[in-house]
Amino acid sequence: MQIDIKAKEVKPIRHTYSHIARRFGEDKPATRYQEAVLDVQAVDNFHYRPTWQPDKELYDPTRTAIIMEDWYSFLDPRQYYYGTYTMARAKQQASADQSFKFVEKRNLLDQIPTDVKQTILDYVVPLRHYEWGANMNNYQICAMGYGAAITSAAAMHGADRLGNAQYITRIALALSDNDTSVLDNALAGWTDKTQWQGLRKLVEDSLVVQDWFELFVAQNLVMDGLVMMLFFEKLEAQLVAAGASTYAMLTEFIVDWHAESMRWVDKQISVAISESEANADLLNGWFAQWTDAAQGALAPLADALFDNGSEVISSITESLKSRAAKAGVSV
Amino acid sequence: MANKLNMRDRYKLMTRLGWETSYQPMDKVFPYDSYEGIKIKDWDAWEDPFRMTMDAYWKYQGEKEKKLYAIMDAFSQSNGHLNISDARYVNALKLFLQGVSPLEYQAHRGFARQGRHFTGEGARVACQMQSLDELRHVQTQIHGMSHFNKYFDGFHDFAHWHDRVWYLSVPKSFFDDANTAGPFEFMVAIGFSFEYVLTNLLFVPFMSGAAYNGDMSTVSFGFSAQSDEARHMTLGLEAIRFMLEQHEDNVPIVQRWIDKWLWRGYKVLSLVSAMMDYMLPESPMSWKEAWEVYFEQNGGALFNDLARYGITVPDYAEICTKEKEHLSHQVWGILYNHTAAAAIHTWMPDDAKMNWLSEKYPDTFDKYYRPRFEYWRDQAENGNRYYSQTLPLVCQTCQIPMGFTEPDDPTQISYRVSEYNGDKYHFCSDPCKAIFDFEPEKYCHAWMPPQQIFQGNCGGEGLPAVLEHYKFNLGADNMDYVGSPDEANWNLWKGLNGSVSGDVKAS
Amino acid sequence: MSTVFLALQDVDDSRPVVEAIKKDNPSAVVESQPAMIRITAEGELVVKRETVSNESGTDWDPQDIHLILISFGGNVDEDDDYFKIFWQD
Repeated sequence: MQIDIKAKEVKPIRHTYSHIARRFGEDKPATRYQEAVLDVQAVDNFHYRPTWQPDKELYDPTRTAIIMEDWYSFLDPRQYYYGTYTMARAKQQASADQSFKFVEKRNLLDQIPTDVKQTILDYVVPLRHYEWGANMNNYQICAMGYGAAITSAAAMHGADRLGNAQYITRIALALSDNDTSVLDNALAGWTDKTQWQGLRKLVEDSLVVQDWFELFVAQNLVMDGLVMMLFFEKLEAQLVAAGASTYAMLTEFIVDWHAESMRWVDKQISVAISESEANADLLNGWFAQWTDAAQGALAPLADALFDNGSEVISSITESLKSRAAKAGVSV
Repeated sequence: MANKLNMRDRYKLMTRLGWETSYQPMDKVFPYDSYEGIKIKDWDAWEDPFRMTMDAYWKYQGEKEKKLYAIMDAFSQSNGHLNISDARYVNALKLFLQGVSPLEYQAHRGFARQGRHFTGEGARVACQMQSLDELRHVQTQIHGMSHFNKYFDGFHDFAHWHDRVWYLSVPKSFFDDANTAGPFEFMVAIGFSFEYVLTNLLFVPFMSGAAYNGDMSTVSFGFSAQSDEARHMTLGLEAIRFMLEQHEDNVPIVQRWIDKWLWRGYKVLSLVSAMMDYMLPESPMSWKEAWEVYFEQNGGALFNDLARYGITVPDYAEICTKEKEHLSHQVWGILYNHTAAAAIHTWMPDDAKMNWLSEKYPDTFDKYYRPRFEYWRDQAENGNRYYSQTLPLVCQTCQIPMGFTEPDDPTQISYRVSEYNGDKYHFCSDPCKAIFDFEPEKYCHAWMPPQQIFQGNCGGEGLPAVLEHYKFNLGADNMDYVGSPDEANWNLWKGLNGSVSGDVKAS
Repeated sequence: MSTVFLALQDVDDSRPVVEAIKKDNPSAVVESQPAMIRITAEGELVVKRETVSNESGTDWDPQDIHLILISFGGNVDEDDDYFKIFWQD
């Protein structure tokens, strides 16, 4: 049978889903990002109360003190849905994998002086446990948060943190020729060594925070802001100067990842703050409180790593504050 | 030369990243995994169901997504919807987007919660990965259907409908039930019962159906999603094995959950049975055949394997065996009668389809269903297409209208009743009643569409007010396929009889 | 002994895997279904890295099976050199 299809006859009857058209105020084509996240979470008529939290609905906006008129204001400037997210990370991991292979094949890590290697093992490798805490906190944000926009991005961010922990583990194994005792030592450092206890306590305190947006501020803005600067800028510069430039090839994934995800983090902060004064007050308070705590927690590590530890802490705190101020935080 | 680490050891190093907390007590950090009564002696005994580090995950998933979106793009650029067997087929997709895709999202959030809250790290990582996969599934489904939404009715307000429309309470209450349960019950409900035992009954027939009916976009997202499902199945099986091996006291609890959740899942899949046998213009296999292969045969092998722990096939398996002859016909009858209030089209099968049904159901179709369906078809052809104007009583547990018959008497509707706190609750079957009776304090709260409508919580009195509340485009999203804009558009595009000139728009 | 099964997408990447399965599991039954290949065997099915690599001419990692896998019935055991589905009884 010959079917004669006239192009003009196969016209769409609409251009996007109605819940999206209502947001636009008109029926026009939407992006894949918009269709992937907008209004995807159920909001009404839940059947049963959670047995694990009977005072709340399954999805409940009151699991944080901040209030939003539209929880889908928390859009991701990177416009990540699962497909764009995994394709972006696949590229980054391919390039990281190349770097690891390049370094390992030529035994380039052998050129790093032993004491510098030891510094990495003692003062960077324990961060795999820090990343693990960050992973848990972001899945907490995904699980308890409201609206598919911020919660889906938090799941990806949580997965990224597991990836970071695994890259750090891989660095440790590469430095030690797969001697797994270096990981045991790093864990022992994390749980027992004096310098790490402030940071470990900070992480453990964050793990019991009930308000998921406070947790977002604490983990993704404050703690990460300071930790990343301290270890992957300040310390890294010092290590490279001491002969560890090949090491910097192996941390590239984490460094690039942090630069990218700051855009998402800062956007969420500015959206929450610009919503209302009440939100702004909450965020300002959380920022101040966690920044104070984090400064103190990191001080012993900075003192152990730098001749001028307290100056390093002040300088990274200033940078964090100016970054937060740009997002609207009163610092 | 570097020391070699095998896959197993290496993966452990990549995922066992936790520590015993001391600044905050462990039971405050992990507050949710003890209240259900499941006893865990040693989380270290957890066997990783698969060993994929994040970099490998990104690599494989990124590659799958790249392929999938290339196919979706090609499909919409070439107006792939014109290659399907018939526009009736699209109703299977509508049911999927309205009823199943929102469950994928629910799974995403549920696994995120377990991925944070199980004390064991191996279990957490596996759940986190599944959480991400489920996000993938809901999003690729929305994207895959996006093209169909531009050309057919019944897709455009799926999220709004899922929260409100009566028949979507069936899948929604199912997943709300799982997500409001504790983490171990969730794993038995979704990880094991749904993903391991029942998922093949959902996906394989759906995707084979899509392949049979020329819908290559759906075949692609379906099979691509299934490749994740394989990991999910392994997780479900490991979770249950782990619980059973940790403590003998766990066995009766797990058995009760298996009994409950296979039944809950089975009732949700009754919608799939109607889809397979009636909505697909070309059917690769009947519901009964799918049930035999994927539940009786594969499920049988699984229960043989679990017998060593003392786990048995649920008592009601016999009911399912009897019902497989009837299920799809009864569900289609319910949907057909209530199509005025549904965002899908229904229709009575033509002779060829009726003959196929007779062949697939030799003991029941001609005897019980053909006469009824032929009568309805005659009525419709004479301009008396019947539409129920009210909603019937629905089962308090599965929320399906009371249209199922007694397992041993296909002429008698099955009713069961329980009393709780002075109120009467109605059920479609013994297993649904048993589920309620064990946890009445949970199920008495269910959001029951007919009751909500009668109480005026769905837009007001009468069907028109309710349909407005649903945001249906009347006469386009609902009613019989015959006479629908979908039919008119299809005929126009394909140059078939009955096409009308000019553009046809949804009202 | 219970039957295990493996369902693979009917795509080019599956072909060397199916060929390897036939070689390493002589009693396996391979059937074509719409858009998929269903393979059944008694008790166990193994996919070996070496055999698939020989079939495809490139180094095949057992995790690559995740790109073509649709479903399976049985327990999974995966290692650097193989991917196996089995029932224990």
